[in-house]
Amino acid sequence: MARRVLPGFGLSLGYVLTYLGLLVLLPLAALAVKASGIGLAGLWNTLSAPPVLAALKLSFGAALVSALINAAAGLLVAWVLVRYSFPGRRLFDALVDLPFALPTAVAGIALTALYAPKGWIGEWLVPLGIKVAFTPLGVLIAMIFVGFPFVVRTLQPVLESLDRDIEEAATSLGATRLQTFLRVLFPLLLPALLTGFALALARAVGEYGSVIFIAGNIPMKSEILPLVIVKQLEQFKYADAAAVGVIMLALSFVLLLAIGLLQRWSRRWAER
Amino acid sequence: MDAVLSLTRSRPGAGRLVPLLLIAAALGFLLLFLLLPLAAVFVEALRKGLGTYTAALVHPEAIAAIKLTLLVAAIAVPLNTVFGVAAAWAMTRFAFRGKALLGALIDLPFSVSPVVSGLIYVLLFGAQGWFGPWLLEHDIKLIFAVPGLVLATIFVTLPFVARELIPLMQSQGSDEEEAARVLGAGGWQIFFRVTLPNIKWALLYGVLLCNARAMGEFGAVSVVSGHIRGLTNTLPLHVEILYNDYNYAGAFAVASLLAFLALITLGLKTFLEWRYGSELAAKAPRGH
Repeated sequence: MARRVLPGFGLSLGYVLTYLGLLVLLPLAALAVKASGIGLAGLWNTLSAPPVLAALKLSFGAALVSALINAAAGLLVAWVLVRYSFPGRRLFDALVDLPFALPTAVAGIALTALYAPKGWIGEWLVPLGIKVAFTPLGVLIAMIFVGFPFVVRTLQPVLESLDRDIEEAATSLGATRLQTFLRVLFPLLLPALLTGFALALARAVGEYGSVIFIAGNIPMKSEILPLVIVKQLEQFKYADAAAVGVIMLALSFVLLLAIGLLQRWSRRWAER
Repeated sequence: MDAVLSLTRSRPGAGRLVPLLLIAAALGFLLLFLLLPLAAVFVEALRKGLGTYTAALVHPEAIAAIKLTLLVAAIAVPLNTVFGVAAAWAMTRFAFRGKALLGALIDLPFSVSPVVSGLIYVLLFGAQGWFGPWLLEHDIKLIFAVPGLVLATIFVTLPFVARELIPLMQSQGSDEEEAARVLGAGGWQIFFRVTLPNIKWALLYGVLLCNARAMGEFGAVSVVSGHIRGLTNTLPLHVEILYNDYNYAGAFAVASLLAFLALITLGLKTFLEWRYGSELAAKAPRGH
């Protein structure tokens, strides 16, 4: 396409590239250079330190579990919001976005108030022997909260666009409701479900504000990776902080790539 | 398709029990995981009475935090708004090499952990950073000062406006603008008379989300702020300080301000979707 009928190509693209270069690329380059300063051996030393390794496992493990729970709960909520009408449906629909709108520090102290041993929910769980606040379970709860809207919001448009004739055809051919869902609907929803899952996972891995209050931040037990970076910064270990930052970023890139592939796959799926 | 289907019509001949159970389970999850934390903020804020509540809000440090939060948002949001419009114009009105890469770059800040978003500016402008010695020599303080807060906030809220505008302007196409060009309109004339009226609600929607995140950001600003009371504490950081001082009533009182902001954002967002849904682009999955 050689036609450039409209003006402003140089101005807009130049501005965008300068802005991104100064505010995104330059700082990220500083991170990469700082991390590479300690060399591969140094990088390995930093990452294999037991507290860092434990935080790495907790951050990715809890994020994975939270994304799985959000995939199931998100599917249920999206289904109910699209398929049924009930009083207050629009209100509940708006409520889904709350974790996007509520500042993470606010969510963090609110969840802690609920799940602390004397909190609204905590006081019912303690007699059952379940401790949530200040344990890895608390980390999980916070991650479920911040990642929840992603699956619902990726599934909703797909559910709305589904042709209900397919379901009626399946039913008229003798399929039960469960069969129709598992064999007909679920394969159609799967790409969007996976996209939402990956987005929720990426968000949960990097989450900081809502987690640190409820986690209790006990090293080796309930300390997440972003907090490890903060602690290293407080001890002026800039290179170590950069190394952990680069690892987080690299893993995010892998997730981003996966999301891109999933989206391409889902588009191809929808066009069939 | 009509999204609202009545319960009785949803599946002729099928029982009503399954839908009712599904609705109950979904609403139960929403109430337990989303509504209850929101309610907890307001209940905890008022636990020690209205006097303690208002005292926490008019405290000089709280006032300073409110002012700083407004200042940071007032700088970061307009800058990212202009960036978003320019990015959408470049991305949707012209063909060029590397467009997909540019799109990925614009979205990048959403997939970076907030803590890393703060860290990168410390590594650039902090005392040990690339420009640290030079800044020190010239007595310029960016990190542990307001400019650092602004930079970190710009980074984390960078994609919001662009992300709303790009799919919309893509689907609208450039026919109207090209017609205006042929009729002799200048560049700014085309933008203000043709483009802007077409995108104004989506622009407002993006600004709304951008602003909510800018005022509520915690992790990134926490890393660059240095937590100097009354000087570099935004509202979310002030919440943390009060909370760590065991001043729970005060922390929740300040938190309730931010929760109000979230509710207003959600309300306006829902209104825009309801009233101008067709002008906000085809509903694409969005997240941040």
